[in-house]
Amino acid sequence: MQPQLREVPAVRMEAVYKHYGDFTALNEVDLKVAKGEKIVVCGPSGSGKSTLIRCINHIEKHDEGLIYVNGVELDHQRKNIDAVRRDTGMVFQSFNLFPHMTVLENCTLAPMTANGMSEAEARDLAMHFLTKVRIPDQAEKFPGQLSGGQQQRVAIARALCMRPKIMLFDEPTSALDPEMVKEVLETMKKLAEEGMTMLCVTHEMGFAREVADRIVFMNEGRVVEQAAPEEFFKHPKSERARTFLDQIIH
Amino acid sequence: MSLFSPTAAVSYFFNYFLMKGVLVTIGLTVAAVVGGLILGMGIALLRMSSNPVLAGAARFYIWFFRGTPLLIQLVVIYSGLPQLGIKFSVITCALVGLILNEAAYLAEIVRSGFMAVSAGQREAAWALSLSPWVTFRRVTLPQAFRLMIPPLGNSINSLLKATSLASVISVEELMRRSDMLMQEHFQILEVYAAATAYYLILTSVWDAVQRRLEKHFGRSSAAKTRRVAASAPVAQASAGARA
Repeated sequence: MQPQLREVPAVRMEAVYKHYGDFTALNEVDLKVAKGEKIVVCGPSGSGKSTLIRCINHIEKHDEGLIYVNGVELDHQRKNIDAVRRDTGMVFQSFNLFPHMTVLENCTLAPMTANGMSEAEARDLAMHFLTKVRIPDQAEKFPGQLSGGQQQRVAIARALCMRPKIMLFDEPTSALDPEMVKEVLETMKKLAEEGMTMLCVTHEMGFAREVADRIVFMNEGRVVEQAAPEEFFKHPKSERARTFLDQIIH
Repeated sequence: MSLFSPTAAVSYFFNYFLMKGVLVTIGLTVAAVVGGLILGMGIALLRMSSNPVLAGAARFYIWFFRGTPLLIQLVVIYSGLPQLGIKFSVITCALVGLILNEAAYLAEIVRSGFMAVSAGQREAAWALSLSPWVTFRRVTLPQAFRLMIPPLGNSINSLLKATSLASVISVEELMRRSDMLMQEHFQILEVYAAATAYYLILTSVWDAVQRRLEKHFGRSSAAKTRRVAASAPVAQASAGARA
């Protein structure tokens, strides 16, 4: 799918700063993401990748600068934060499924309580997305009874049940055993093929090469360079990106 | 006269006067738990608030009531406050003292339960657009409550026995009525054997209730602890430390 740049961008960040005490996690970050675009954010640890995508749905509050999500300004007002969170789904490194609820209940809670859906409707919706991530048969189990890869796929289904327009992935495969990484990446690829706007923090360079429209490389809170995967992997412009790629591509 | 008369002990056990004392003990315990939980929840919320004045006040409260003996608190409320013109009935004094004291302990249990629920759970709830109330009611509270049950059970066991201190301010609960019988008949061991049996029965019943609660609220986590034991050390450590 072609990114359509003339529309309202899915995400627009202008001169965004985020500080933790003396530490600057985001340092004058500018970023524009078109609808349907797939972005992979990479960089060394502590470079601000996670902070960047956590600011997009206001799980982390930016200190300065402007963030627009589908044209709504994230200005710390409750109603705008709500609107933005309804448009975005998030998948975490540590899954963050609700351990005291079944897989199905994890998926139906938000549609029922935040969207006022009936139980039957929510159940159908949940089963639709659980089927899509290929674990409908686990619906009645508790998260603790599933493998890491299965849990992460449930987390993806749970987020999709709110029908988000943008999906944010915060190192979705970093906590998984190697043999489970693939099933999660496959699920994400499928989502990408359907045209979902995606921002993904990941170290999976194979995934980046295959799926991303653009790689955003960060270092010390700054966006150091942005380029199409081909370009970025073959001819990284900055010295920092070169050393980073040397270290992760063996 | 023999050293110890089992028949006398048994007859004290079935003594109607003593049985009514048992009912008072149960009543004091239940009222103090309910009152203490309501007040304790409120204090825990204040203690976790971002307002430094409210949090400080809650800390002071907890520090004060956990740092002084319940016996002194009861005596001050019963005999001290009238000096300032504040007078309550005996039973009210006992209840006020027990509730104020218990709330300080329960507040810390409630707080530790909520703090042990990982921040990721709240973040997931926000990301799903759940309202603050739904987040509290459906996500954090059930998980916190499961972690609270073991220390809560311990605290209620202590409270059950601590109600005997109310005998000092003349509340006619189990301990006080045992004293009264003892002074009348001088069968010290026999009377206290009956009282001891009652306390053991009450604590055992509570133990059984607690086990059922743990089982009920632990349903989903049995499987969880098997697989992700490494990621839940906080919950296990806090439960273990208090058990």
